[in-house]
Amino acid sequence: MRAASAELRVEGIGKRFGDVVALDRVSLEVAQGELLTILGPSGSGKTTLLKVVAGFEAPDGGSVRLGGAEITSLPAARRDIGMVFQNYALFPHLTVKGNVAFPLEMRNVAKAEIDKRVTEALAMVELEGYEARLPRQLSGGQQQRVALARAIVFNPRLLLLDEPFGALDRKLRETMQLEVRRLQRRLGVTTIFITHDQEEALILSDRIAVMHRGAVQQIATTTEIYERPANDFVADFVGESNIFHGTLSAPGTVTLLRGGTLAVRSDKPVGAGVGVLMRPERFGPSGANRFAGEVIESVYLGTGFKLRLACEGGIELLVRQPARGPLPTAGARITVGIDPESVHVF
Amino acid sequence: MNRSLLPALPALVLLVAVFLLPVLRLLGVSLEGGTLDWYAKALGEGLYLRVFWNTFEIALLVTLFCLLLGYPLGFLMATTTSGWATLGFIFVVLPLWTSVLVRTYAWMVLLGRNGVINRMLVDAGVITDPIPLLHNFAGVLIGMVHVLLPYMVLPIYGAVRKVDPAIPAAAAGLGASAPGIFWRVWLPLTLNGIFAGCVLVFVLSLGFFITPALLGGGRVIMIAVLIEQQVREALNWPFAAALSAVLLAFTLVVYTIMQRVSRPERAQ
Repeated sequence: MRAASAELRVEGIGKRFGDVVALDRVSLEVAQGELLTILGPSGSGKTTLLKVVAGFEAPDGGSVRLGGAEITSLPAARRDIGMVFQNYALFPHLTVKGNVAFPLEMRNVAKAEIDKRVTEALAMVELEGYEARLPRQLSGGQQQRVALARAIVFNPRLLLLDEPFGALDRKLRETMQLEVRRLQRRLGVTTIFITHDQEEALILSDRIAVMHRGAVQQIATTTEIYERPANDFVADFVGESNIFHGTLSAPGTVTLLRGGTLAVRSDKPVGAGVGVLMRPERFGPSGANRFAGEVIESVYLGTGFKLRLACEGGIELLVRQPARGPLPTAGARITVGIDPESVHVF
Repeated sequence: MNRSLLPALPALVLLVAVFLLPVLRLLGVSLEGGTLDWYAKALGEGLYLRVFWNTFEIALLVTLFCLLLGYPLGFLMATTTSGWATLGFIFVVLPLWTSVLVRTYAWMVLLGRNGVINRMLVDAGVITDPIPLLHNFAGVLIGMVHVLLPYMVLPIYGAVRKVDPAIPAAAAGLGASAPGIFWRVWLPLTLNGIFAGCVLVFVLSLGFFITPALLGGGRVIMIAVLIEQQVREALNWPFAAALSAVLLAFTLVVYTIMQRVSRPERAQ
């Protein structure tokens, strides 16, 4: 996964729009066959980064290397990158077949070969029999498949997916996510996926790069991002969280700024200012750290309860519990606990 | 039906009263005496056929030049930053608000034997004798292209604006060169605007009067100029009416054909 086999290497990419820093020396690597998700809120610079990689936007500095070749100043048409746009950007005047054949025609592939590869690509996205349709005669999900087929039909070195599921309803989105994942694995195509949806990022990715304010906050595997976020932003943006700040006052003890102590596992030096993260689902009825509090909000989620607790010392906790017994009502007093192993210190 | 027509009633009454009835009366005049003689004359004599052909040829060339000049202009205006687009609009639309007469006189000043253009060329030593630009085919063409250019630019601008910028970007990303993107994406997606502009310019050219009358100086006769001569000088109203009817019929035929050719499903 590291240096030697990196298919895409982005180094020190900077981009400003007037006074706005869109990208602040962004570096990342994507290994051959890997699916890396760039996750961030809107305005975090993820789309700008994608445009730089695709060749639609020239960076102010830094370099982009694909398959060992420098492509920073290569025009988009010669980069050999397949891209699925947010709104698919299908050619409205061309049929499904015309759309998928387009990149092959631009590469002067022989007619018979084009027919064969278009048929294969459409079979891969399960759109056989739709060759003669125009894009506007297709549903959103079908258009998405056409866009995907068009992006992979010429065997690009790199596949870019720019929030491709944004326009789909929830059910279809989940189907498409799994389908894209399957297809990506099968083809083994190196892929960058852009999204603001952290759940989607966790489902799809090998690794996630979290972006905020034009900078990469953390690049790590999905479990690492969720369990061991590098900072407040990542902890808060990915999943639900309870974040507090304090000092590591003794080995294994954090004294919170709000008062009170937590038993933790950490190898940070004593005296260091730290953040602690407790995921809502890690709380149980018992544990070394105990919180007694009053339920101020309770929601039934089907799979469990989501509770908001007001605890002593002005600490408010978000807690998830399995749905056993009656839903605690507001005003009820309960006690929850969490083990030191489940408290992440950063 | 009745309810939906009601708001349009005042305009309909006006159109019937000041347009449809006079046109019908004109047709009546052209058939005066119950003969088709005037039509036979209009379509039978070489002199008049030449005028029709002239008109058709000029309209075609004006349309062609408007397209060649108007497409890049409309395209640039639609794809540039809003500041430049506004400037473009001012240059394109402002002449529309200026009288055709004024603009035509301006061209006479520019194109004349001792006009601005010839003076500059002579002073610069490019030519020794002034080149004839006025009272000929070239003069009529230049003047008409200028007057009619906005009618080409605006529909093309609209068509280009309607294209999602991600679509040409996608084409580039899929390996299309700049000419490839133009022929395979921009052209088909803006065909409707091109057709609309061409129909407007061509149809307007067919009946154009002031510009060919003044810049043609009596040497380039278009059909509208001929009709005016028949009314004002020859006082031959029935013949003028027959010529008008032929022009109207021809215009309607051209319009219908072009509407058929421009396929609405091209629109996106």
